[in-house]
Amino acid sequence: MMLVKQLSVFMENRPGRLYKLTHALGKEGIDFVTLSIADTKDYGIVRFIARDNERAFEILRNEGFTVGITELIGVEVDDKPNALAEVVALMEEADMNIEYLYSFVLTNHNTAKILMRVEDTERAVAMLQQKGIKLLSEKIL
Amino acid sequence: MSKVKDYIYRPEYECMTRSEMENLQSERLRKTVELVYNNCKPYRAKMDACKLKPSDIRSVSDLSKLPFTVKHDLREAYPFGFYSSPQSDIVEIHASSGTTGKLTVVGYTQNDVDVWSEVAARSLAMTGVTKDSIVHVAYGYGLFTGGLGAHYGAQKIGASTVPASAGNTIRQLTLLRDFGATHLCCTPSYAIYLGTEIQKAGMNIEDFSLVGGAFGAEPWTYQMRDELERLLHIDALDIYGLSEISGPGVAMECMQKCGSHVQEDHFIPEIIDPVTLEPLPFGSEGELVFTTITKTGQPLIRYRTRDLCTLSAGTCACGRTTVKMSKVKGRSDDMLIIRGVNVFPSQIEAAIMNVAGVSPHYMIYVDRVNNLDVMEIDIELDGNLSPDRVSDVESIKKKVETEVNSYIGVGAKIKLCESGTIRRSEGKAVRVIDRRS
Repeated sequence: MMLVKQLSVFMENRPGRLYKLTHALGKEGIDFVTLSIADTKDYGIVRFIARDNERAFEILRNEGFTVGITELIGVEVDDKPNALAEVVALMEEADMNIEYLYSFVLTNHNTAKILMRVEDTERAVAMLQQKGIKLLSEKIL
Repeated sequence: MSKVKDYIYRPEYECMTRSEMENLQSERLRKTVELVYNNCKPYRAKMDACKLKPSDIRSVSDLSKLPFTVKHDLREAYPFGFYSSPQSDIVEIHASSGTTGKLTVVGYTQNDVDVWSEVAARSLAMTGVTKDSIVHVAYGYGLFTGGLGAHYGAQKIGASTVPASAGNTIRQLTLLRDFGATHLCCTPSYAIYLGTEIQKAGMNIEDFSLVGGAFGAEPWTYQMRDELERLLHIDALDIYGLSEISGPGVAMECMQKCGSHVQEDHFIPEIIDPVTLEPLPFGSEGELVFTTITKTGQPLIRYRTRDLCTLSAGTCACGRTTVKMSKVKGRSDDMLIIRGVNVFPSQIEAAIMNVAGVSPHYMIYVDRVNNLDVMEIDIELDGNLSPDRVSDVESIKKKVETEVNSYIGVGAKIKLCESGTIRRSEGKAVRVIDRRS
């Protein structure tokens, strides 16, 4: 199955924590492709994709972070209005719930990438493929 | 000016001379020792182990020969193993939380309920409750002895009793005002909370008829009294008790407001050194120990309360001659009292251990916010988890909350922390930070 690996880190919501994470990776030369944070009052979940996810995972584990790897569905669309809506519409038609989603654009590309976690990944991938949507694998990033 | 008229409910006991009291105590102690030796297996075993026979106990001066009883003993005998009367004579059962989630059970015969009503009535008389009074009881009714204890006392006097029980502040205030309650019984922190809510509810304290109240089930300071009296325009007195001994009314402050009179004709108080267990003279601070001498269901011999205080003798300006105990200054164990509920850190630990996804590293913080006790438990998320969705973390948090609440009967705010961030202690673990005083 074509899926994109993402790292998730549980983090208390207080000053200094995000620095500790980014610095731990930065000083080892790890480059971020994406990074987003789901925040609550007391804690957040930092989700990111690094150029080298395996090494990033190892570094964070050794530093004592609570870190896990999640597989997301990645979709490539043209970087133009309504492109995201079209993908979301397909999900809605198939009555598939999106748990979370974010998107980004890489420099020198005319396309936008959408990453999402859904309840039933297998079913969603099959549906999107059938509809001719271009799916990303980790390598394409 | 004070509106409370302190009167002595039972002068024939409350104003006895020292020698009369000691004679009465000696006679009742002999009967009690006889009763427990012959009817309560754990006591017979304890006395046999010390090679003591009931006949060795002739007077109160022999009290220190007897072995102590601790909460653990009661738990070992859970639920009914400490009865000295047959089950058929037990008419009421109360229970308080124990150290590992097991309840400490107390069975009362009709005689014991009468004793309890009597001491509670004497206590309420100190805050001026008469048959013309309206007593609003906002302690919880149930296994906890607060509600029924105050209730029995007010009933014994013949006052109109309003069994409001705990919770629903607006309703409490409305009842207090509309029924013209003269007396309030609840925890001091809740009373202060009620006081601060009066204005917010758009009410005026001038429309209330309160004159006094008996407040207990948790330790409180003289500063809290000042605030409570200012807010509610009453005289606020401290009522002391514990279910193992009876319930509220074991001791009660008179209007002199310096120390609580122990109902010595029912409960003999001692102060011991909690380390050496040696009895200490009046005036020394130590652990309070009680021997019940009139109860028949579950009498207790030299029960260690774990409350630290001092005792003093002499005739009080109110006319009573019974021994007085100071305010409780602390505990000789790690028990916390949260909104009137006894909580042991070990119970919280046991609750946490039941939840998958958290580590056994935790810290308990207790604060007083707007005069209410608030507990927060910081606990580490298991470092091997890989939470990706907020709901993954929230479901663990919810499980901890539910488990803690069902173990200790009081809610706590749960804060999940990163693995390795709770301070590891070297030596004796510091698990509780109480920031209330």
